[in-house]
Amino acid sequence: MFRYIVRRLLQMILTFFGATFVVFALMFANQDDPIQALAGEKPVSDSLREALTERYHLDEGLLGQYWYYMTNLLTGDLGESISGRDISALLESSWPVTVQLSFMALVLAAGLALAAGVWSAIRRGGIFDNGVLAFTLLLLALPIVVLAPVAQWIFGMELGWFPATASRNASFYALLLPAIVLATTVVATQLRVTRTSVVENLRADYVRTARAKGLAPRRIIWVHVLRNSLIPFITLIGVDLGVLMSGALVTEEVFNIPGVGSKLAQGIRTEDGPMVVGFVSVLVIVFLVMNLVVDLLYAALDPRIRYE
Amino acid sequence: MTDIKAQSDVLPGLDPRAPLLQVNDLHVEFRTRDGVAKAVNGASFWLNPGETLAILGESGCGKSVTAQAIMGILDTPPAHISRGEVRYRGVDLLKLRETERRRVRANKIAMIFQDALSALNPVYTVGFQLAELFRAHRGMSRADARRRAIELLDQVRIPAAKARISDYPHQFSGGMRQRVMIAMALALDPEVLIADEPTTALDVTVQAQIMGLLAELQQQRNMGLILITHDMGVVADVADRISVMYAGRVVEEAPVYDIYARPGHPYTRALLESIPRLDLKGQPLTAIRGLPPALTDIPAGCAFHPRCGYAKEPCRQDPAPPAYAIAPRRTARCHFFREVLGE
Repeated sequence: MFRYIVRRLLQMILTFFGATFVVFALMFANQDDPIQALAGEKPVSDSLREALTERYHLDEGLLGQYWYYMTNLLTGDLGESISGRDISALLESSWPVTVQLSFMALVLAAGLALAAGVWSAIRRGGIFDNGVLAFTLLLLALPIVVLAPVAQWIFGMELGWFPATASRNASFYALLLPAIVLATTVVATQLRVTRTSVVENLRADYVRTARAKGLAPRRIIWVHVLRNSLIPFITLIGVDLGVLMSGALVTEEVFNIPGVGSKLAQGIRTEDGPMVVGFVSVLVIVFLVMNLVVDLLYAALDPRIRYE
Repeated sequence: MTDIKAQSDVLPGLDPRAPLLQVNDLHVEFRTRDGVAKAVNGASFWLNPGETLAILGESGCGKSVTAQAIMGILDTPPAHISRGEVRYRGVDLLKLRETERRRVRANKIAMIFQDALSALNPVYTVGFQLAELFRAHRGMSRADARRRAIELLDQVRIPAAKARISDYPHQFSGGMRQRVMIAMALALDPEVLIADEPTTALDVTVQAQIMGLLAELQQQRNMGLILITHDMGVVADVADRISVMYAGRVVEEAPVYDIYARPGHPYTRALLESIPRLDLKGQPLTAIRGLPPALTDIPAGCAFHPRCGYAKEPCRQDPAPPAYAIAPRRTARCHFFREVLGE
């Protein structure tokens, strides 16, 4: 188990540097003249240009700049955005509502996917199973950029069931509609994976053994089949965290939630390089850590991995 | 959890003097999109306490389906038991409600399977999977169930049972895994044990150990054993009686000695002739020509007639040959059993 964790940590470090380097390269190296971009339309004096070049290590080339950026990042200094605001402070004020939103979406999606997935696997070929199939196909066909504004318009404005926007200290109820919208990005695949996995496990030999042991069907499903079926499901959750992050960007924009996603969207719109790279770097770390947690869960569920 | 605790003795109509297990005219068919596959077509046999009945036949002859029908663990659909009776001490199990049926499983009739690795749940310890039986059927506490589980592993001679109880199936060797399966099957002291090819996946030395263990445990408990196999060698050592199955029917039934000495059905004879023999070293093996019939298209009359050297006109016509009593305690479904016996 210890060796397993160490191996995963080493992989994480590599992935972290790879991912941040790509984002860094895309945002910084692609600009013609960052100093002119910073100043906008105004002319830049030679002395100011020199000072800024020195300050941002612009004469160092891509690798040198990346090195300076990383040393700052790893000591907790995310730098300032182009508009002069402290990026760490921005992040600090925006993450709680995003975490709450994503967590709600994940719980909603996973709960529904497991319940409906297991049920349609047991009753495969029935009305419920086919209804669920149609529903998941519909969800897969509807991108969140369409679904979010439509849901906001129908349920938030026309019917007035939910608040149409949410603030920083939003209540559970105010975040419910955005969370449902965000959940739709992952629930369909989670449901299909659960169903397939349960169907497969229901045919497994150990289920026949469990029946020969005279166990009740409920126990066979919820104890024997489910634990085996959760293995692919948990793996998928790790991937889904990334989907939820990009989904949060759209959802927060539409519902005007001042979270990480809407700040990031702002940064992209205003071509605020330092802010985008800072935010994405932190998101990469979150994603990697969550995936490590998922992998550990995976090992907890499946002893064959633990003892590898 | 549904309560199915120690009330297993209150089956309606249970008669302790009735035969232990009797299968009468059992028919099982698989209704699939490609048609109806008739896996079992009137299988009949009986089993007494302490006796070993071997059910012998090629792959796909309906042996395993028959066993699963007795246990009531066939997947329905596609499998349907269309006719017949499975009587345990006089009670027709096929007429019981599912909750009553569950009390019979593991308590009265237990089963072990061919591949112990896939038959055990990979994500639970063997201790959990053993203790679960006592907890579900006997309502035992966790600690008591665990203690019983260790005792059981001891009984099937797994070394260091106390430590191995918290190991997972993949940490055991093939032979040890089959011992775990046996322990699980015997946990609730069943009167009938069905072993479906228990040694096919094991190498020969381990095979002998497992068969020895089964025989010993059977003797201690005076348990009826149905041994499903295609290995005539295994059968000769341990069985009292043999039922030979072909295309879902018992074509011959006889005490083991009689069948080896003088088979009464051409199929049995062909099976015996296909065993490699030391005195025929260097000569080509005799094989049964042709293939077993597709279960969706079983030949009319005697199902074996297209492959049979004795076949004549009556064999090709329905009805199939009846079970002729060819000697005391012996039956064979062949019109020409006298010829086969060499009389």
